[in-house]
Amino acid sequence: MQFGIFSVSDITTDPTTGKTPTEAQRIKDIVTIAKHAEQVGLDVFALGEHHNEPFFSSSPTTTLAYIAAQTRTLQLSTATTLITTNDPVKIAEDFAMLQHLADGRVDLMLGRGNTGPVYPWFGKDIRAGIPLAIENYGLLHKLWHEHVVDWEGKFRTPLQSFTSTPRPLDDVPPFVWHGSIRSPQIAEQAAYYGDGFFANHIFWPASHTQRMVGLYRERFEHYGHGSADQAIVGLGGQVFMRKNSQDAVNEFRPYFDNAPVYGHGPSLEDFSRETPLTVGSPQQVIDRTLSFRDYVGDYQRQLFLMDHAGQPLKTVLEQLDLLGEQVVPVLRKEFAGLKPAHVPDAPTHAARLAAKLAENDKKDEVQA
Amino acid sequence: MKQRNLVVISAGLSQPSSTRLLADQLSAAVGAAAGKLGVTLDVEVVELRDLAHEITDHMLTGFAPAALRKAQDSVAAADALVVVTPVFSASYSGLFKSFFDVLEQDTLADKPILLAATAGTARHSLVLEHALRPLFAYLRAVPVPTAVFAASDDWGANSVEGPLRGRVDRAAAELAHEIERREPATVTDPFALTESFEDMLKGL
Repeated sequence: MQFGIFSVSDITTDPTTGKTPTEAQRIKDIVTIAKHAEQVGLDVFALGEHHNEPFFSSSPTTTLAYIAAQTRTLQLSTATTLITTNDPVKIAEDFAMLQHLADGRVDLMLGRGNTGPVYPWFGKDIRAGIPLAIENYGLLHKLWHEHVVDWEGKFRTPLQSFTSTPRPLDDVPPFVWHGSIRSPQIAEQAAYYGDGFFANHIFWPASHTQRMVGLYRERFEHYGHGSADQAIVGLGGQVFMRKNSQDAVNEFRPYFDNAPVYGHGPSLEDFSRETPLTVGSPQQVIDRTLSFRDYVGDYQRQLFLMDHAGQPLKTVLEQLDLLGEQVVPVLRKEFAGLKPAHVPDAPTHAARLAAKLAENDKKDEVQA
Repeated sequence: MKQRNLVVISAGLSQPSSTRLLADQLSAAVGAAAGKLGVTLDVEVVELRDLAHEITDHMLTGFAPAALRKAQDSVAAADALVVVTPVFSASYSGLFKSFFDVLEQDTLADKPILLAATAGTARHSLVLEHALRPLFAYLRAVPVPTAVFAASDDWGANSVEGPLRGRVDRAAAELAHEIERREPATVTDPFALTESFEDMLKGL
């Protein structure tokens, strides 16, 4: 199982100091955060894509390539890459390029974005959100799996004898997760292709996650990719920790109360009950995270949101220390002990390449 | 006897409120009228005052906390509704409107509904026709022709057999008739998959 962090790249005023980081500062900070994630033993860093203030991350592959150059083991991913408004040809090329530079430490999570206005900025219609996600991914999948592509669709100019470059590293395309909060069509899409499904699992009730993952698993089996419990599931999560739980609550409360998305709404206590948010001691985070398995089954990737709502860099790095030193080692051991042998590990380039080579050998034997 | 569910939404704020009083009279009358048509009604009353914080939370977070979720599920499963609001600033109250603002889309589609309002003076009575009826027409509910308005005057000495009683009974009979002639309500699951991926591809 992989553990890591994901960032939505918000630039938010720290409500306790009134200070707002500059774009330049926040961009450098995210690199520091990603590097620190590797140093404390985390596996994954995923970055969002937004094209509006107060977010900075409009070009995730640029940022991830820069981070790749300064890390050795960290798996680089997105949260999410907009499959609706990006040209699938450009996604195919950008991520294949990143895959080569990062020696395969790349996967991506596709999503439809969090804001309606982004669609017209890229010449698209929000009412076609789901059809865009379906057609665009169909093309992306083809570009990565077929060398020469002839293609015609509704939302993009046709392609004739087109080859996207560079080709995926070792001809193994980056693993794809499909992210969604509550659109059953996206769970169905992930299941159809045998790709991963990532449930947002922050800011929303666990019941959403349970329903969506359940549907994805059922349909994964229906499409013949394996049994339902072999489907590849990732979850988000949001935590804030201090040694003493009351210190965590006191320190996090002003960030919670003023946060974009849910601020000025429910109390921290209500939101912690209604959603997977956990504010408390490392042990409380361990217990809550282990309980996710009760309603989604054995899963492959757990990402935590650690750097939003204006928390200063120093705090975020301290949170990563707690996560890496006290929480994740326990979670690794506990989850590994619970996972049956037939449930696959999280997908990596090395494992996918090995699986592909093994399959090729099998084919050769049959032919010989 | 057929078994059906009636959910009564009361947006009164005081305890007791004349809004709740009217809601109770209406639900009793609908129960009696339905009984005459061979329908037993299970009645659930939702007091929006109890859900006021949760309704605001839903507006801000995009999901319903547990108690509001329960009320929303009841509304979705209801065979008919009685909705009663006090008149605030010449319309339904903000709390009343907010409850319907955060309902899942299409929840009220094809649902029979009895509209009612209370106010201090009869001069507000057309709020039913100018504010409530268009709102529920937009939500594709099916309001019965008689809507019931009660002003302070109606709670006087003549309330037992007076003109309010007549309107309550007429509206209740109309709603009972709608309940009786319809199939039980079915609830659509927003998480259910309605088409396979092959269908989605074909639909492009």
